Amino acid sequence: MAPLLEVRGLTVELPTPAGWVRPVNDVWFELSAGETLGLVGESGCGKTMLSLALLGLLPPGARTTGEAWLAQRNDSRNSGSERLNLAALTERERVPVRGREIAMIFQEPMTALNPVLRIGAQIEEGIRAHQPELAAGELTRRAREALEHAAVPEPELRARQFPHQLSGGLRQRAMIAMALAAGPRLLIADEPTTALDVTVQKQILELLGRLRRELGLGLLFITHDLGVVAQVADRLAVMYAGRIIEEGPAGTVLRRPRHPYTEGLLRASPQLKRRKLEPIAGAVPRLGALPPGCAFEPRCPYRRAECSAAVPELRVVVNDVGPVAAPRHRARCILVEAG
Amino acid sequence: MRRYKKSPTAGPRADCVGEAAVRTDWDMENQRSEKRAEIMAAPALIEARNLRKSFQAGAGVFVETGRRVRAVDDVSLALAPGETLAIVGESGCGKTTLARMLLRLIEPDAGEICFQGRDLLAAGGAELRALRREMQMVFQDPFASLNPRLRVEAIVGEPLEIHEPHLGRAKRRGRVRATLETVGLGADAMQKYPHEFSGGQRQRIGIARALALRPKLVVADEPVSALDVSVGAQILELLQALQREFALTYLLISHSLPVVAQLATRVAVMQAGRFVEVGEADQVLSRPAHPYTQALLAAVPEVPGLALP
Repeated sequence: MAPLLEVRGLTVELPTPAGWVRPVNDVWFELSAGETLGLVGESGCGKTMLSLALLGLLPPGARTTGEAWLAQRNDSRNSGSERLNLAALTERERVPVRGREIAMIFQEPMTALNPVLRIGAQIEEGIRAHQPELAAGELTRRAREALEHAAVPEPELRARQFPHQLSGGLRQRAMIAMALAAGPRLLIADEPTTALDVTVQKQILELLGRLRRELGLGLLFITHDLGVVAQVADRLAVMYAGRIIEEGPAGTVLRRPRHPYTEGLLRASPQLKRRKLEPIAGAVPRLGALPPGCAFEPRCPYRRAECSAAVPELRVVVNDVGPVAAPRHRARCILVEAG
Repeated sequence: MRRYKKSPTAGPRADCVGEAAVRTDWDMENQRSEKRAEIMAAPALIEARNLRKSFQAGAGVFVETGRRVRAVDDVSLALAPGETLAIVGESGCGKTTLARMLLRLIEPDAGEICFQGRDLLAAGGAELRALRREMQMVFQDPFASLNPRLRVEAIVGEPLEIHEPHLGRAKRRGRVRATLETVGLGADAMQKYPHEFSGGQRQRIGIARALALRPKLVVADEPVSALDVSVGAQILELLQALQREFALTYLLISHSLPVVAQLATRVAVMQAGRFVEVGEADQVLSRPAHPYTQALLAAVPEVPGLALP
């Protein structure tokens, strides 16, 4: 079966006074229905730009090249092609896709919600945009259903309330309800729990996991938090300076990272069990001044002379436990022996 | 309304120099238990008794009277010199209000605070200024807490200008340079503006500003929560190194239990304005007694064990 989303060589370029920079640089990945892909990286690595490129929400002046194929729904409305290239849609072609096929939830629910509209009205707006023929009563019923789906207690009361009357966790649930109201197949969640307390974060992560299973959603989960991604992701892609530098099954990547950056992130993350932290030296390079070879080379404890020669390819990791290659575990490092 | 009594003479008070609270079950690491013995023998650097603070809730342009919310409700604590007490809790639990009261940035409704044996709440004028230079704060957001129009030299030198005006320009500059060096910044940083630095470097500038006066107590309010993982680890390590070098006492405010596990010797878990559990860090984090602490710990997303060479 074809994947729900297949991204091939996606590149985003932004104009700066010093010339064009590439916040997203030749990114390839696949996401199946019902699967969660965790996209991990530190600020400025390009993870948010990548999601904005998929939705067509890039800042003005940005250039996109490459392909991002979204499989079409199997219903009568699509008589034409089997899949859509999200990277090549015109603004008009995007309208029926955004919200209906792909939805996004953001980090800070208070700034993403409209403060002067009732929650119910905001959810209805998203449904009406794609199904203008629905009657008012039907819209209200669907908005209520969406809130129930997102496990919002007292959905009728909440639908009549304004965002400021809801707690942070409830706001994030309302935003999830809004994102799912039009029945999208691909959900992009950009740091959805970063602004929440841990106990609330746990509930939201459980909710997203349940909805993914029940609705067969493809979930692209963007975060900087390795602990969070360990809870939700089936597969993991680590980004650094615009490129994916390691990807594979989440458990494998987190237990046996093969890129020095992934390893460095794990060694630098505080855990409940106290241990000596090993920070990564230096700072993330600016996109306008990337090193010639591997972007991580200046900070890498294992660097060699040949690291600065050229950007390494993503190499398949041969499983060090047995002779079988770990399924689709790849790392962009010359220290990974070609398999 | 302030309900604590102002003592007529704000000098040292006999009841203020109590022993730091007795603690048990210290972990067995030799080095740390030696340090522990030292800490337990010393009188408390800062001690607070029965602090209370409530705020008017819901008051605003359209609402005349709201109910009062008890942000801090009868909290007592003592910090021994050299220890790190972490106050953990979720947003709105009162941890920041508590920290601000301990620095007397806001006035408590009731309670007492002794700092170095002096009544902090009764102190005024020159005495309060003298006490305040011993207590400094490191803020969460390195972007919002530095004046964008000042050069780093002026930012770090400002506390010196206020508290040690007799220092000449040259001497002050030397102190600023030395302080920046202790936080890992070179002398070339002095002539730059905050926007020229990354988040981690800005947090170093904030720490340098706090340390310029060589304080005894540093209150760190979420010092790494706005930073990336790799940079946050650098800052945590720096805070640990500075504590050893300058014998600092830390009050750490954090919602992140892994960060607390990294720095704290003792932990106080705060919920709805009260401490629900206080104890040695290792004990609270590995054998929590209160259900709320247990719930907090259970919610921490953990990375599976690393299998690294």
